Amino acid sequence: MPRFTIPKDEYLSKGHSGCAGCGATLLARFCLKALGPKTIINSPACCWSVVQGVWPRAALKVPVIDHAFECTGAVSSGIRAALDIKGMDDITVVGWAGDGGTVDIGLQSLSGAIDRRTDFLYIMYDNEAYMNTGIQCSGCTPLYAWTNTTPGGVRQEWKDVGKKRIMDMLVANGIAYGATVSIAYPEDLVAKVKKAKSIRGPKFIHALSSCPPGWKIPSAKSVEVARLATQAGVFPLFEYENGAYTLSKDVKTKPVEEYLMSQGRFKHLTPAMIADIQTKVDEEYAVLKAKCQGAGASA
Amino acid sequence: MLDLMTGNAAAAKGAMLARVEVIAAYPITPQTSISEKLAEMVANNEIAAKYIKVESEHSAMAALIGASYVGARTFTATSSQGLALMHENLYWAAGARRPIVMPVVSRALGPPWNIWTDHMDVMGERDTGWMQFFCENNQETLDLILIAYRVAEDKEVMLPAMIIEDGFILSHTFEKVDVPAIEEVDFFLHPFNPDVKVNFRKPRRYGSLVMPDWAMEFRYNNYLAMEKAKKKFLEAGVAFKKAFGRDYGDLVELYRCEDADVALIVAGSAAGTAKVAADRMRERGRKVGVAKLRVFRPFPTEEMLRLGEVVRTIGVFDRSYTYGQGGAIYGEVRNALFPLAPDVRVKGYIGGLGGRDVTEAEFEKMYDDLLMIARNGSMQKDVEWVALKDGSWRW
Amino acid sequence: METYRDLPQSTYSLQTTESVRTGTWRTFRPVIDTKKCTRCYTCWKFCPDLSVDVKEEGDFPKVDLDHCKGCGICANECPTGAITMLREDTIC
Repeated sequence: MPRFTIPKDEYLSKGHSGCAGCGATLLARFCLKALGPKTIINSPACCWSVVQGVWPRAALKVPVIDHAFECTGAVSSGIRAALDIKGMDDITVVGWAGDGGTVDIGLQSLSGAIDRRTDFLYIMYDNEAYMNTGIQCSGCTPLYAWTNTTPGGVRQEWKDVGKKRIMDMLVANGIAYGATVSIAYPEDLVAKVKKAKSIRGPKFIHALSSCPPGWKIPSAKSVEVARLATQAGVFPLFEYENGAYTLSKDVKTKPVEEYLMSQGRFKHLTPAMIADIQTKVDEEYAVLKAKCQGAGASA
Repeated sequence: MLDLMTGNAAAAKGAMLARVEVIAAYPITPQTSISEKLAEMVANNEIAAKYIKVESEHSAMAALIGASYVGARTFTATSSQGLALMHENLYWAAGARRPIVMPVVSRALGPPWNIWTDHMDVMGERDTGWMQFFCENNQETLDLILIAYRVAEDKEVMLPAMIIEDGFILSHTFEKVDVPAIEEVDFFLHPFNPDVKVNFRKPRRYGSLVMPDWAMEFRYNNYLAMEKAKKKFLEAGVAFKKAFGRDYGDLVELYRCEDADVALIVAGSAAGTAKVAADRMRERGRKVGVAKLRVFRPFPTEEMLRLGEVVRTIGVFDRSYTYGQGGAIYGEVRNALFPLAPDVRVKGYIGGLGGRDVTEAEFEKMYDDLLMIARNGSMQKDVEWVALKDGSWRW
Repeated sequence: METYRDLPQSTYSLQTTESVRTGTWRTFRPVIDTKKCTRCYTCWKFCPDLSVDVKEEGDFPKVDLDHCKGCGICANECPTGAITMLREDTIC
């Protein structure tokens, strides 16, 4: 039965400069469908500064404010303060930034905005490295991944720690709502963004955003690899609200090896490294499931 | 209404009278009491503004850029390290044509830590595209904030402005200040109503990515706006005098320069000291004057040339050093006066760094030095450090 | 846009990117076999370039060749294998 399972209205233009198969452009397309036209997006230096196109053209059909790299949270606070003083209370403020611009250089600003309980939605599109500058390691680069600053070499210098636990950090910081979303599950994503829109206070969405050049995958596999991440338990889908965690989809059915071996940035992994990752993924998934059962939830 | 207040209190009063809408401030000595006074005013409903307690100065400027795009009148204040931290966002605010007004309570940069005044912090930002106005006293601090909003928000200008008051000397010293009634200020300063602001019917990307083929033209437009600001400042100064009686209708205030043999160009609180020294010299029959630099950005090239046609030996007192051609003001004055060289001689004096007190006696010695240069027609040193502990007893 | 006088005050955008023909980036082109297509609209859903057009529910999806970059996600995700990626230079 022919049916659209996500809203039909588009707020992203054709002709943007995203790479073929770019996960972040698909993410933006989905998020904007959920956000609608009464949205102001503020975005730092990142892939999206370039993807939006070259002046005088721009790809988004909502107002966008560009700004410097490390101050996404602060600009969102400023926009919200001005909207408040002008009595414009039906506009969603969205900070839209990459992983590096959020968990590394942008962390102070985001933490400040959450601490101030700014009413905004922060969407971190996580392509797991500084991709705009050509694939360098960030705080969200996964364990053992290749990047241009963790290039392996004779000394086997791969990424030596796992991803920063940004959701845990921001829960402790005091977000009103948190969720993980993936381009492979658009209906879930749209529902979560719509829900976030309806909540007052600082909200954080962590979106897995596959990157064909950075992850070394064929562009056609962009959505499939993102799906594998969830199916392998590497990127589980869940929500956090008022101290309670909810698992969105319990689909952990595949071994991490299948996910890792689908990408060139992991092709150097030894069986020991893969086993290490499997152990860590299993442990963290168990912790998450326990949180979802109510144990260990923060007050 | 006459009142007694510090420079920082005057700055906060200026923000209140300007009916600022969004304030984002972070504390730093010697600006801190501005942040505190504003918080108190907001808490007591004396200003109807949103006060964002940002977690750094970089974030303060970032928040105001966002707020300004929505159409709010914005205000912050800082000093020294905080101003330096804001650096990239100062370029951003000016490039984005956001008319933010910011008192800068001038303070030396570390290391070593030094909380007292000099102009190295603001001189480090003279290339950002911000307008820069210097205050001689607390009255000027309050008045220049009102004038700054009027000039900055002019549709042909739309550039941010910093109002520089010397740390501790002005910021923490009580002086007599005539505070206008807010109703009178409303006639002088209308609500902020920009053409360029966030619009949902015609959504745009503000900032964008521009290729080399148009980048220069955008910069050129900023340059034109800065040049326009000269005329707009003079017009605002004349209007201010009509409204409140105090005259700001010049970019450089000339004090006893009409018949002077020599003059000293001074910016900030030291100009007041220089004026007293000039009076003393005049009592002794020496014809000297003070050219108080009120507006440093845009740079008053025409005013400098007019001064140079009347006064042929000019000293420039800088509370900064550039590690290039002397102090910041000296280099630019000498450059502006180049068409009159060699008939005009320009000498630079560096002093008052890190809050070092500059006395009337020292200014008198600078005048003596300039008078000797005028007599001899030549100078031994282009740039001299005033009262430096170098073992000589010159000062 | 001829001189600096024609520029907007401040660098804001003047139009969308729709006029940019990213279709010229393509090496492979998706071809939809309407006999196998069940109109589930998975291809429409997963196209990052909004290059699968469906005017109304019930229509067969059509590829927008002016904008399609040939990433191949549609072909990879299609549940019935109705989409094939063909090299541009094999199509006359």
